[in-house]
Amino acid sequence: MTDDNDITPNGDEPNGAEPNGTGNGHRRPRRVIGTPAPAESHRLLEKDIEREIEAEDDIERAGIHPRPEKSARRAEKIVALFFTLAFLGSVAFVVAYWVLGVHSPEKTRISNMGLGISLTVILLAIACGAVVWVRRIMPEYEVVQERHPLASTPEEKKAFARYFYANAEDSGFAKRPLVRRTMMLAMAPLALLPIVLLRDTGPMPKSRLRHTVWKQGTRLVIDGTNAPIKAAEFDSPGSIITVIPEGYEDNLDELAKATVLLIRMRPEELELPADKQNWTVDGIIAYSKICTHVGCPAALYEQQTHHILCPCHQSTFDARRAAKVIFGPAGHPLPMLPITVDDEGYLVAQSDFHEPVGPSFWERGSTQT
Amino acid sequence: MKWFTALRRRPIAGYAAVVIALALVGVAYAALSPGAGTAEAAAAQDASQQDIAKGKQIFDQTCATCHGLNGEGTKTGPSLIGVGAAAVDFQVSTGRMPAMNPGAQMPRKKPVIKGEQVNQLAAYVASLGGGPAVPSSEESDPTHGNVRLGSQLFMANCAQCHNFAGSGGALTQGKYAPPLDQSTPTQIYEAMLTGPQSMPVFNDSTLKPDQKRAVIAYVTQTRDEVNPGGNGLGRIGPVSEGLVGWLAGIGLLILAAMWITARQRERND
Repeated sequence: MTDDNDITPNGDEPNGAEPNGTGNGHRRPRRVIGTPAPAESHRLLEKDIEREIEAEDDIERAGIHPRPEKSARRAEKIVALFFTLAFLGSVAFVVAYWVLGVHSPEKTRISNMGLGISLTVILLAIACGAVVWVRRIMPEYEVVQERHPLASTPEEKKAFARYFYANAEDSGFAKRPLVRRTMMLAMAPLALLPIVLLRDTGPMPKSRLRHTVWKQGTRLVIDGTNAPIKAAEFDSPGSIITVIPEGYEDNLDELAKATVLLIRMRPEELELPADKQNWTVDGIIAYSKICTHVGCPAALYEQQTHHILCPCHQSTFDARRAAKVIFGPAGHPLPMLPITVDDEGYLVAQSDFHEPVGPSFWERGSTQT
Repeated sequence: MKWFTALRRRPIAGYAAVVIALALVGVAYAALSPGAGTAEAAAAQDASQQDIAKGKQIFDQTCATCHGLNGEGTKTGPSLIGVGAAAVDFQVSTGRMPAMNPGAQMPRKKPVIKGEQVNQLAAYVASLGGGPAVPSSEESDPTHGNVRLGSQLFMANCAQCHNFAGSGGALTQGKYAPPLDQSTPTQIYEAMLTGPQSMPVFNDSTLKPDQKRAVIAYVTQTRDEVNPGGNGLGRIGPVSEGLVGWLAGIGLLILAAMWITARQRERND
């Protein structure tokens, strides 16, 4: 295959790029590397002619089974029917485009449907026609594909080895270590350069992951109505409400860290560690709404079991025990916001969260057990 | 499995596979798509002594086994003292009570106690210890609700369980938040007010009556919205679309490809 010389010269060589190709039927241009080898002959065409002749003679060639003429004639009509249907679909498409306007959402919907259905009919009918054509008119082919071992012959392997060693010897790669070593020195850092560029992925977050906008005295307001909440009004056991820090109602960047789920349960149901006992007000307890796994809003609170479920990966926290993880991939409890009431009876934060909210990060450090 | 292989080789098998696949898709759709909602207006009115007496009769016959003769609760059913008329109206009008099995999850079903009997039962349970009353139809009228505010409140406090379009979703250990497609405005109001089963409570001082009405307006309007992309597939988000795309769409394509390239039998004619 790789040897150009055994290809028979051919006057009809269709290589137009070769200026000397015309008028010199016997001079064969050298094959340009990377282009396919020219066809050996026009056997394909000859084969076609042969096939016609054979078909006329009603000789069945090996592996090719022509369809019975009667069923092929019937199939021809079916194919024609499908192709005509496709044509009618095109007509319908154009008509739908002009007749159905797009002046209102409802009309646009109908127009889209008209265009879509007619396009479906066109493509489906063409496909059906083609399938019936192949399966009912074209002959059935039985193709035998031979498989040969992929390995090279011993002679080829030997030749390659000889060629490789001869060239290695000529290049001096083994003989001249200075060239070899400095070449390695030149190449190796090239692979490391992209790592340096990682520095451009942004400034370090510093302490921003550790703090939210909650601070002492910030009122808890209801997300949506922005109304502050009196502890005395949030008094039904089993209540929840999503709250945000007052003054940051429209600051989505800050709310992404500071959103809090406020839960009211019976005070005797709480089982908090000693250092968090005074972080609640009469059974009202505030947890970060951001799951400590990958930061989904964890707020599926079941008032009978006091479980807080995160919908993304089923991390489950026990709201009675400082949001201890009882199931799922979350690595930390939901951080608790210490709350109290102000002079007017409204719920306020005692301070910021005492630990970073949201997913864990490398330098986060461990929290309480 | 020889019989199956033999069956598979029959010429009809290809068509049968397509028909079965289509039937499965149809059944799955029927199971997922909600039926028509039943509108039911439960008017709250003053409980007369007569209503309470009739309510006690119903209670003794259908509820006392689990909730105790005086509604004090037993091992199988919680105490009803202080739950109020709203809780009774919600549980009974949605068919959840009387329950078939005691448990944490009561499915919605066809109501057994209907009409005036619901009010009598509610009056009796309310007489046991007060509690929230059934909201008036004006309080739960979605046409007077602020849909924009309702959507904000729903997204912050309801959508995590009930899905952004009110299609429901899973909770822990087999429990689930039900879809809201059949709930009447009164029932939505009562559910927020009383927190049935796993659902938390949103009392009237936290979520004011007009804010509840806004949530109801959002839920009912979302339900009526057209699906511009064709069938909404239960509106549970990209999950259902992906499922249908993979199972039905790609499945049918594979079957079609298999049929097109299938080896045909020799014709001996």
